[in-house]
Amino acid sequence: MKKEEVPQDQSSLSENEITEVCYAIDENGNYVKVPSKGWAPKTIVQNETLQLIEERTKEALQNLKNGTASPIPYFMELHKMDLNILSDYTGLWKWRIKRHFKPKVFSKLSDKLLAKYAEAFDMSTDQLKNFKG
Amino acid sequence: MKTDFTHHQSAHCENGVASNLLKHQGVSISEPMIFGIGAGVFFVYLPFLKVNHAPVVSFRPLPGLIFKRVVKKLGISLKRKKFRSKQKAEQALIENLKNDIPTGLQVGVYHLSYFPDEYRFHFNAHNLVVFGKTDGGYLISDPVMPGPTMLTPDELNKVRFAKGALAPRGQMYYPTHIPKELKLEKAIVDGIKSACNQMLVPLPLIGVSGIKHVSRQIRKWPKKHGIKKTNHYLGQIVRMQEEIGTGGGGFRYIYAAFLQEASGILKNEKLKALSLEMTEIGDKWRDFALNASRVYKNRSNQEDVYNSLADELYHLAELEKAFFKKLKKSV
Repeated sequence: MKKEEVPQDQSSLSENEITEVCYAIDENGNYVKVPSKGWAPKTIVQNETLQLIEERTKEALQNLKNGTASPIPYFMELHKMDLNILSDYTGLWKWRIKRHFKPKVFSKLSDKLLAKYAEAFDMSTDQLKNFKG
Repeated sequence: MKTDFTHHQSAHCENGVASNLLKHQGVSISEPMIFGIGAGVFFVYLPFLKVNHAPVVSFRPLPGLIFKRVVKKLGISLKRKKFRSKQKAEQALIENLKNDIPTGLQVGVYHLSYFPDEYRFHFNAHNLVVFGKTDGGYLISDPVMPGPTMLTPDELNKVRFAKGALAPRGQMYYPTHIPKELKLEKAIVDGIKSACNQMLVPLPLIGVSGIKHVSRQIRKWPKKHGIKKTNHYLGQIVRMQEEIGTGGGGFRYIYAAFLQEASGILKNEKLKALSLEMTEIGDKWRDFALNASRVYKNRSNQEDVYNSLADELYHLAELEKAFFKKLKKSV
């Protein structure tokens, strides 16, 4: 990539006034660091990934509202987590977390257990307990 | 308290931190040099490990390995510490700052408040340097950012004790001893040799054969997983290749920059020509990313699209195979 070919497309970086470093060749054939504001293909891919997470989050919220799931899957998706990550944050086994996805089981959880989830989701126990979507 | 530390922006966090910490000690060593000596150029496909609901592809070795190799090959002593307790981790950091030691930290990206949302995933192998503390919080030199930033003690605690794969467990590190004279030449030759070996290793998921394996998988994905999942999997490859920190083209440009610098130090003209060749390979990786990103817009003729992407990737594997064979003979 030549220095003048380093893309300067609008992206999440440029919106935050950040640049990233690309390595490119200058007019004398030497490698130099060139700041880049972003690259459209990368932005397309990132947006797709975020969109997918949004879809999953919406679905989890819908399940919560329909009464088929507890708030845990919703907050898990909202924080871009999966079962493995949530299990690491709470210190609970995955099968236990899966059980807590059921509204009936969730409603009987002790405050101690709820506090573990609340900490992972960066919220208070009451907020988690009373979250209705 | 504030140590007298200069922030330099770099492409990749680990090389950047390594280069910045060593520069602080008066060793002038560039980011590409760190990357090359640490044999950072790599490819691995881990289908059984899912991140963000897609199989993992990586264009660099395990986090920490590059710096580890550099330190070993140059005879530098590095102190590394992990912690169980958050309090102790913070105390140790403050102690270091009091002693005027800028300190490297491994952190998770998800809670880094100064990153755009698009980059905040549960990725735990990011690196940054803490070089001071004021009333407002810690002074942070994140090598991928244009300038120094800040994090509150609470935020710093969170990123140091992020959970999930490759959890940092509060890890901090700093050089303790640097030899008077660095034997760069030998380290460069060693680095090049290990890079060739790891790219040409006859194992199915690593190096050139790993790229070929992914190419074969891409042909199968649409039938096996459907279009949506296939696109998401492809997206993961592109993200890993072009995410902040690769310097573009899955680190291939940084490697080309290293070969250029190395050719000067070793007075080896062959490396200069190979640097040019690596640049062209980098350009082809960029083309691949560009074409892969088009699958989201262009819905017609899907089968062909995936086959042509697979062809492109296979061609890249062949190019890299020939390249690393030549590189191995040139030193």
